[in-house]
Amino acid sequence: MIKFNQVYKRYPGGHEALKNLSFEVAEGEMLYLTGHSGAGKSTLLKLIAAIERPSSGGVLVKGQNIRSIKPAAIPHLRRNIGLIFQDHKLLFDRNAFDNVMLPLQICGFDHRESAKRARAALDKVGLLDREKANPVALSGGEQQRLCIARAIVNRPTIVLADEPTGNLDTEYSNEIMNIFKSFHQVGVTLLISTHDESILRQFPARALHLKKGELQT
Amino acid sequence: MSTLNEHLRVLRFTLRHMLLTSNASLLNILIIGIALSLPVGGYVLLKSVQTLGAQIAGAPQISVFLASGTSAGEIDHIGDRLRQHTAVKRIEFVSRDAALKKLQQSTGLADVVAGLAQNPLPDAFVIYPKDGSAAALETLRDELKTWQHFEHVQLDSAWVHKLEALLDFGRMAVAILAALLSFALIAITFNTIRLQILTRREEIEVAKLIGATDSFIRRPFLYFGLTQGLLGGIAAWLLVAASLQLLNHQIGALTQLYASNFSLQHLTPIDSLTLLGFSAYLGWLGAWFSVSQHLWQIEPR
Repeated sequence: MIKFNQVYKRYPGGHEALKNLSFEVAEGEMLYLTGHSGAGKSTLLKLIAAIERPSSGGVLVKGQNIRSIKPAAIPHLRRNIGLIFQDHKLLFDRNAFDNVMLPLQICGFDHRESAKRARAALDKVGLLDREKANPVALSGGEQQRLCIARAIVNRPTIVLADEPTGNLDTEYSNEIMNIFKSFHQVGVTLLISTHDESILRQFPARALHLKKGELQT
Repeated sequence: MSTLNEHLRVLRFTLRHMLLTSNASLLNILIIGIALSLPVGGYVLLKSVQTLGAQIAGAPQISVFLASGTSAGEIDHIGDRLRQHTAVKRIEFVSRDAALKKLQQSTGLADVVAGLAQNPLPDAFVIYPKDGSAAALETLRDELKTWQHFEHVQLDSAWVHKLEALLDFGRMAVAILAALLSFALIAITFNTIRLQILTRREEIEVAKLIGATDSFIRRPFLYFGLTQGLLGGIAAWLLVAASLQLLNHQIGALTQLYASNFSLQHLTPIDSLTLLGFSAYLGWLGAWFSVSQHLWQIEPR
């Protein structure tokens, strides 16, 4: 599903964010990315979603090489990837429901079908009763869950989560990890970056540990 | 997945956005309307004057005045020659007596004419040429000037040509004005869309992350430009219509004195549609320039 082959990522100015990364993620696998902030976890996730391109090496996502992907093909790649951000990136000019509707509008789904799916996604993260609320009025955990609902509403095969439990206390973290676990059970490929060791103990899965851009074994 | 539904959704979104920012939108539409109404008003005026010119001028004609003392036989001979001329469509003979009678009737100079000891007017032919173009008329006039017994040859349509030249000048002025103000319209839309893109930067970034194509992101801005241009065109149409109403009211008083039924004509349906289509297109174009200029700068990081 995802394959890294001797991937380097250098930013302008010479900073080397990733060094010689090689690994594979199988379809339906759940995988942790661990390491300190600045270890390159976010950069790695950005490569998969073609937000950044590798400086050298090959990144294959569903058979597409990110290094040589055409700009016109990027939107279609991203529709297959649910992105969950640490800072949520919710839109505050519309309510929770409309935030979740956005990916469906982008894919061109018909309104009635979209509304049904959006409500199902909100229900899944336990926010159905808050659909009219503006994201500003939601708590940190609720905002994170709304971000998850938006990421999974058009049923992507890959979900990338960047520090999804970053600023949350244990109770909220467990709630969110339980949601991820349910995705994993229906066959979604999951990459979760975290620096929270307790999550790994509670929800065990393979983990890649990054240190200064290099893979630690 | 229906493209039509998507376009309707964007159109609804655009209209709602305009309503939400109604003050700014209204101001923009008014500015566009005023900018467009100037050349459109000029065009309407020119067209009315042109119609008036054509009404007065009728078909072009050449008047030939014969030297006094030309005999009736010679006149018949000249008439035959003229009728056989290839450039002449038809002729009309006005005898000096008929001309005097006409003068008496039409100008209210009956007293003066009655006081004349003898008829001072010459016999005349009015010639209607086949080809009404200025060049053909002048060639014919120059040829007729060389004929015997023709004392004076007059091209009656000369003033029409002067009017035509003046109208050409006016048309050029209107065209320049239209071109300049079209650029203004494009610039107004360009700037409006630029500001919109800046304020919606976050939304554009998120949409790109979620998998929006460039055309999906571009569409609402293009619709906005198009709708704003169209509404601006409607505003221009209304401004011109209202101005004509006022002007025609004034002209009514004036033309009554001159016993004429001249009035300024409003845009024909086709002209109106052209105006609306053109203004919508310019709005779309301004938005398109703006979007192509600014959208690529927004890439999610």
